[in-house]
Amino acid sequence: MSATAASETLAHVAETAAPEHHRSGERSHRARAGLGMLLRIILCLVFGLPLLFMLVSSFKPDLQIFDDLGSIKAFLPTGDISTANYSGVFGRVPFAQFMMNSVVITVVTVVFGILVNSMAAFALARIGFKGAGIVLGIILATLIVPFETLALPLLWWSNQLPFLGPDGFSQGWLDTYQVQIIPFIANAFSIFLFYQYFDSIPKELDEAAKVDGAGWFRIYRSIIMPLSGPAVATVAILTFLPMWNQYLWPLMAVQSEELRPVMVGIDYFKQLNTSWGQIMAYATMITAPVLILFIAFQRSFINSIASSGVKG
Amino acid sequence: MSTITAAESASAPAATARKRKPMKGSRSSTTTALLMLLPAAVLLITFLLIPIGLTFGLAFTNARLISPRPAEFVGVDNFTRLFDDETFWASLRNTIIFAVVIVPLQSACALGLALLVNVKMRGVNFFRTVYFLPVVTSMVVVSMLWLFLYQPNGLINQALARFGIQGPDWLGDPHTALLAIILMSAWQAMGFHMVIWLSGLQTIPGDLYEAADLDGADTWQKFRYVTWPGLRATRTFILITITISAFALFTQVNIMTQGGPLDSTSTLVLMAVRTGFQQQQTGYASAISLAFFVLVLAVTLVNRYFTRDKDVVR
Repeated sequence: MSATAASETLAHVAETAAPEHHRSGERSHRARAGLGMLLRIILCLVFGLPLLFMLVSSFKPDLQIFDDLGSIKAFLPTGDISTANYSGVFGRVPFAQFMMNSVVITVVTVVFGILVNSMAAFALARIGFKGAGIVLGIILATLIVPFETLALPLLWWSNQLPFLGPDGFSQGWLDTYQVQIIPFIANAFSIFLFYQYFDSIPKELDEAAKVDGAGWFRIYRSIIMPLSGPAVATVAILTFLPMWNQYLWPLMAVQSEELRPVMVGIDYFKQLNTSWGQIMAYATMITAPVLILFIAFQRSFINSIASSGVKG
Repeated sequence: MSTITAAESASAPAATARKRKPMKGSRSSTTTALLMLLPAAVLLITFLLIPIGLTFGLAFTNARLISPRPAEFVGVDNFTRLFDDETFWASLRNTIIFAVVIVPLQSACALGLALLVNVKMRGVNFFRTVYFLPVVTSMVVVSMLWLFLYQPNGLINQALARFGIQGPDWLGDPHTALLAIILMSAWQAMGFHMVIWLSGLQTIPGDLYEAADLDGADTWQKFRYVTWPGLRATRTFILITITISAFALFTQVNIMTQGGPLDSTSTLVLMAVRTGFQQQQTGYASAISLAFFVLVLAVTLVNRYFTRDKDVVR
């Protein structure tokens, strides 16, 4: 305390006795701000330029991509600009099919994920039952298990599972749509996020609704879910991103070309003669949907990532 | 009353569960609750809990991915084979090096980014957005892009050449391949952790900084005595998540190097996929997965221990 007091007095003395010192402090403050700005801009280039390079190169012929590497032209749409790489991609792989598969897999998982996980969280957070605490404890404990540890046993297990589809009873889930969707619907982290949110909504709402004669399912559907927009957005985004980007699982679980998602499709371009222009075009096309969604819902994206950090 | 004791015996949610009081008609309430929990429970048991159990079970069998014959118990055969396998030790070493380097690198740089954009300033949102762009770009795309940037005569080496530096054959040289993958991975994920640091920074009350200002604290002192202690919970979370995702390293390696050159970038997950998927040896792959699981568990427990220790000191 005395040290602080002393330094305060010192600062006071310095202020009154030597105003020019104070001004130099101001100058160093401005210099520091300038340095910070410079750093921010350099970092902008570090994170932005590779992606800009990808976009620009997707419009250039292979030879020109290499020629432009040595200069600033690598990041500028100069020279022989065309959409030839894009038509090349469509000629080389069933791109529309890959895209449709990814959209179907992602959308179905997100929609059912919101439904299934929010219902489970509602049961745990708002209805409650004997042992609900233990169930939540088990769900939280599984959060430390990364999917990659289970991938190989799950692959074997998926091949043993029966499935009742439109064509009747079949054995083994490998090489199907459902193997890319159903294992990822229920998610411990999504349940946790919903649980946290539901738990923060005043319990009096339930009581009031009950007085009005509403049942639990009605309360879930008409009161709690409409109030939980931010939680739904968070879960939707945190399900959407990894599902769209999934690579390891479809690489192993799906062999048929017509069932493959976009990420696995990139492997086609590494085989045979590599055309970097086409790779950049393909990469741009599979990144664009996420990028557009991100720009449109930026705040929700950032908030959902931020709220994923609240656990711990 | 029984609800209360049950809730108290479970550690995490006890505080919230205790507030709840049983409602009227609680038997039908329980039925509704169980019905609503059912879909998630069935799915989690089938696709999470059973596979966790299978990781342990299959590791002691000769199960093959597609085989007409049922799996047989083979004792610890898979583990003796694993411990004699040089690729396993190389993979384990690479996985640990990757984690040990990327955890401090990525978390420190991400904190730096967060501090840089945690200011009230016009246009700061633009910087945040740009730093975050690689996060919304999938690792598959990023790997393909950097595979090109890392070519011996690629963009990075051409840029280095401008400063008179002769860049290495990043991915072709066993000495630099893992480093190249580390740098790229940090580049991709940094924005993610920047956002988490940022949300941590914003929980620190502004009057603490005002008080520090009154005491004449300089920038470093404010960071050391206000910011750093205020980020304790965020720190633990970031450390655990980066470490676990670092252990799961696969996509980058599979696309860029396939574990080469000379196993210098092989990882545990890559090895598990090779044996369990390409060679269809599920039993052996489960043994590798189990080793991976033990690693994750060890790190989590060590982390818990250290964070608890600090609680006592404080």
